[in-house]
Amino acid sequence: MELCDLTARELSGLLRQRKVSAVEILESCLERIGQVDGRPGSLDAGPLTPEDEQKVHAFITLTDDRALQQAREVDRKLAAGEDPGPLAGIPFTVKDIFCVRGTRTTAASRILANYIAPYTATPVERLEASGGLMLGKVNLDEFTYGSSSESSAFQPSPRNPWNPSRVPGGSSGGSTASVAAGEAVLSLGTDTAGSIRQPAAFCGVVGLKPTYGRVSRYGLIAFASSLDCPGPIARDVTGAAMMLQAMAGPDPRDATTADLPPEDYLSQLEAGVRGLRIGLSPDYFRITFPTPDGGFEQQPLPVEIEASVRKAADLLRALGAEIIEDVPMPNTRYGIPAYFVISRVEAASNLHRYDGVKYGYRTPEPVADLRSMYRKTRGQGFGVQPKLRILMGMYVSAAQYSEQYYQRALRVRTLIRRDFETVFDPQGPYRLNALLTPTTPTAAFAMSAVYGDSVLMQYADQLTVPANHAGIPGLSIPAGLDAEGLPLGIQLLGPDFSEATLLRIARAYEQATEAEVWRTQKPAVLS
Amino acid sequence: MTEAISPEIFDHLVELAALELTPAEATYLRQQLNHQLDAIDQLESIPLDASLPITSHGVPYTAQISQPPREDTWQPYPAPDEILAQSPQFEDGYIIVPDIPHTSLE
Repeated sequence: MELCDLTARELSGLLRQRKVSAVEILESCLERIGQVDGRPGSLDAGPLTPEDEQKVHAFITLTDDRALQQAREVDRKLAAGEDPGPLAGIPFTVKDIFCVRGTRTTAASRILANYIAPYTATPVERLEASGGLMLGKVNLDEFTYGSSSESSAFQPSPRNPWNPSRVPGGSSGGSTASVAAGEAVLSLGTDTAGSIRQPAAFCGVVGLKPTYGRVSRYGLIAFASSLDCPGPIARDVTGAAMMLQAMAGPDPRDATTADLPPEDYLSQLEAGVRGLRIGLSPDYFRITFPTPDGGFEQQPLPVEIEASVRKAADLLRALGAEIIEDVPMPNTRYGIPAYFVISRVEAASNLHRYDGVKYGYRTPEPVADLRSMYRKTRGQGFGVQPKLRILMGMYVSAAQYSEQYYQRALRVRTLIRRDFETVFDPQGPYRLNALLTPTTPTAAFAMSAVYGDSVLMQYADQLTVPANHAGIPGLSIPAGLDAEGLPLGIQLLGPDFSEATLLRIARAYEQATEAEVWRTQKPAVLS
Repeated sequence: MTEAISPEIFDHLVELAALELTPAEATYLRQQLNHQLDAIDQLESIPLDASLPITSHGVPYTAQISQPPREDTWQPYPAPDEILAQSPQFEDGYIIVPDIPHTSLE
């Protein structure tokens, strides 16, 4: 076990007891990156070599100099008896969709490949102000548009550390892969339909989508502004709580952040689950899949995934929680169809700014006029996913179709929100503190198996997207390995601003399963 | 699969979106868009009460959790040259673009 494999809490303890230095922690992560990451993502990377197929490829840009300066400052403060901050000496990576001043901020797109951010996103600023070491910018689906990280313009795209022939999930695949492989202890991701929770489940790490408005979006390159949520990715529940504590809270530079002080996410973490009401819904135990003829069919959840949720419910019941079965969430299945409309309209609007004028890529070809420059720049600079999203967004919001599609989807969003309001209502029939569900309909799928089919890929988010529509928090935690040795995740969903309760339930589960054999197993890239 | 997005509608969208596509790309994108519409069409089977309001964001912005409006103060960026330098073509503090096409209004 190397330093880089420890949790944020363990490293923090060792650092404060002066048993290790921040520089030593950083060096351990850098050594691991050297062993497992392989070449970083780049444009025009050429074909994959057999060696590439065994590596993680989490990074686009390593910022080791920045991290080293930060580590030296932490060590200086410790030596001088100053408080180095709650995340002192903890190396973290940042999904390359956040602006960090002076670093390349690419969104994994050719159109921003040369963009140097002139300012720093609030969540990153707060992590650095807490003493965290910013280790680098990690790969993702282009503009976050995907669930496998394969659509990145920066190849090789990240691979799953548990089995490099599988995807790490996405879009925060570089983030979750870097944490799973011990390259970083924490990572900052974003979640618009499941982009923190789905890859966290695939990579066997903890991922939290906070309540919309809990963490500032200032400095986050926008995808769907009413759905995007920055959030923590960590090796354990305590690490996620520490990271959320550092980032949460109002930000005058993002008017959509809630004017509510963050709770203390750490003090109640080990308070147990006695008396909490946790629901199971049959609507999260069936999944919808597109069929080759353009239809859709409902299928039962894979047995191992359902079993992992049922087992967690039994454990939580034994710890004193009340498990409420058969909670109806009837609009869950409309999450993806509504998302196909709402997210595309917002994405199309947000992508108009990329025009080859103010920053980023401009076509090198001769052009007749400004319109022609726009068309060539956007045609060459955007990959397939942004193009699809712009075109669909324009179609479903066009005056003649808007009533049928966009307005309808926004009303379905109301139904999805009401499902949650009903079951979390403290005066209602269910009075739940949380819903317990699977995070994903499958374990990590093979590289190339789904990529190219934009509908099938979108359905990977069917169990996570309802929380984005509703704005509520969702937490994915590891819940074992399947027969192929791939991680499985379970999800906790709670009412607005209930992160402290979700973390507490997750921590109880984590403690109850501490001694299980799968907890001792390591990702394949580490063997 | 639906063919709701015909080649003509597709070309119109491409023009509005200011995208230059290769023929192979155009074929693939149009096929994927129609495939996605099959998924979206499931929304039509949901009975919606005419009085049902829309939700444009999940968490309600109540007075208690909404930030007060920010002071309208001037906050100069310390290094405007750095921002200008991001432009693909600039000179003397100006961003340069190709000719802007002029059209006469009827």
